[in-house]
Amino acid sequence: MRPAAGRQLRAGPVAYAVLALFTAGSLFPLVWTAVAASRDNARLARTPPPLWFGDRLLENLGTAWSDANMGLALLNTTFVAGTVALGTVLFCTIAGFAFAKLRFRLKNVLLSLTVGTMMVPPQLSVVPLFMVVAGLGWTDRLQTVVLPTLVSAFGVFFMRQYLVEALPTELIEAARVDGASSWRVVWHIVFPVARPAMAVLGMLSFVQAWNDFFWPVIALTQENPTVQVALTGLGRGYVPDQAVVMAGALLGTLPLLLAFALFGRQIVGGIMRGAVKG
Amino acid sequence: MTATTTVVEGAEAGPAGRDRDRPAPWRSRLYRWDLRYSPYAFVAPFFAFFAAFGLFPLLYTGWASLHRVELTAPDRMVWVGPHNYLRLLDNDFFWNALRNTFTIGVLSTVPQLLMALGLAHLLHYRLRAATFWRVALLTPYATSVAAATLVFVLLYGRDYGMVNWALGALGVGPVDWQSGTWSSRFAVSSIVIWRWTGYNALIYLAAMQAVPDELYESAALDGASRARQFLHITVPALRPTILFTVVVSTIGATQLFGEPLLFGGAGGQKGGASHQFQTLGLYLYEQGWFYYHLGRASAVAWSMFLLLLLVGAVNVLIARGLRKDR
Repeated sequence: MRPAAGRQLRAGPVAYAVLALFTAGSLFPLVWTAVAASRDNARLARTPPPLWFGDRLLENLGTAWSDANMGLALLNTTFVAGTVALGTVLFCTIAGFAFAKLRFRLKNVLLSLTVGTMMVPPQLSVVPLFMVVAGLGWTDRLQTVVLPTLVSAFGVFFMRQYLVEALPTELIEAARVDGASSWRVVWHIVFPVARPAMAVLGMLSFVQAWNDFFWPVIALTQENPTVQVALTGLGRGYVPDQAVVMAGALLGTLPLLLAFALFGRQIVGGIMRGAVKG
Repeated sequence: MTATTTVVEGAEAGPAGRDRDRPAPWRSRLYRWDLRYSPYAFVAPFFAFFAAFGLFPLLYTGWASLHRVELTAPDRMVWVGPHNYLRLLDNDFFWNALRNTFTIGVLSTVPQLLMALGLAHLLHYRLRAATFWRVALLTPYATSVAAATLVFVLLYGRDYGMVNWALGALGVGPVDWQSGTWSSRFAVSSIVIWRWTGYNALIYLAAMQAVPDELYESAALDGASRARQFLHITVPALRPTILFTVVVSTIGATQLFGEPLLFGGAGGQKGGASHQFQTLGLYLYEQGWFYYHLGRASAVAWSMFLLLLLVGAVNVLIARGLRKDR
């Protein structure tokens, strides 16, 4: 975050009060998820609703883990989100580098096409994807949800914008004069320079893949769910105990909240950097 | 957006250059091939995946929408021409879903973006613990649609929910957030607002930081108040960003699916007892995976696609208008 500039006025008490209000509103549903997850079902069906933690958190988490298949769901989602993040970072970095610094035919056309595809939502494609998946007998296999999200147009654009500025053209030229091949240039120059942006893109892709909803709900069943599929099962009444439902929601969100606590500053910076260039 | 024309000049002066020992010809040929073709190799994975999982399915959806395809036998397609579309145009639930998508879209997008703009203005002040506020406001973005909706279902519970309890303390009678027509639409919208306001605030904040300070300084010299500065400098400078967020939120609103699905509980694909919050996304899902009509689901998908093209065209027109204004 850049240091406060001269014109930026110091926030007054009203500004702090409003911010505190919105922050409380942002955090309250999450905190209350934990509160509800630490109670029992009967307590949730009484007025006034509980405002503080009870003592059944571990028990409910255990039930969600086994009955709602959250254990398997977390494992699956970690694999899916990890693979998607890795693939997105790798493919988008090399494509972004080509668009930023290399010369080839159709470059501008292809770049416009990439930006254009950012606007086409994946929801429109589920029917044929489902037909193909059913034909291949891939229902319930994890590659079904990994493959369609393995690259992202936003990622290509994001990496291109970063590399246009961050990667000095002379550096590549020097390596060329020394006879370095394109792949060596990528490995020894582009990746080291791009590392901060790659980290941000990796985190954003991970969050997105973790929370991906529509396609996984269609392509997977409760037999081999991701977190979102398992939570959908909970929401549609597979487990009638509301406290356990909340425990499941908590389990499915906790890993990302942890990541936010650790890398919040980088994620915020990444979203803001992507925004200015977008 | 203009693509930069920075290119690596060096194709001619490679290692085969003047004073060096001449490398074997195959090496220099390899080198030239590398220069010419590796850019394509670098963009190939992206476009291969895009073609396989983006473009092809999108076009094939259009093809499938002209057929009768059943979920039970997805490989048997019977040509029916525009039949699926005619059925849609004749179906009250389709129009209902279209109206709901629009209504909930407006209900969720407008307050969200206005609040985000205000929050960004506050975040732009010199703040203690600036990073804390930003991260805290972004936390809902890390919460999945499913997790968020499950909590809100409880909070909005008719009999024991916290919202009705708080309203009751203010003397307002219990609201039926599940089956009321407008109350349920509002509840579904509030989940979207909760998840995305902080994210959009950060995007506006980034744009505000890019506004040159001199503009504010000269306005302050002219005696413009902070409110006037906000209205006459910040908002105009942010117009492209605002347009961008409007487009992105509109696309998101057209796709709205998870929130109404899970807010509706066990029969969520209906979007409430009287379909009062069934969106186009839910309608597509219901047609395809509950009534087994994949062909008709494809027709719904393509109707959504046409809707998005319309949004895109309007967006281009507005953007052009903005540019002329400058």
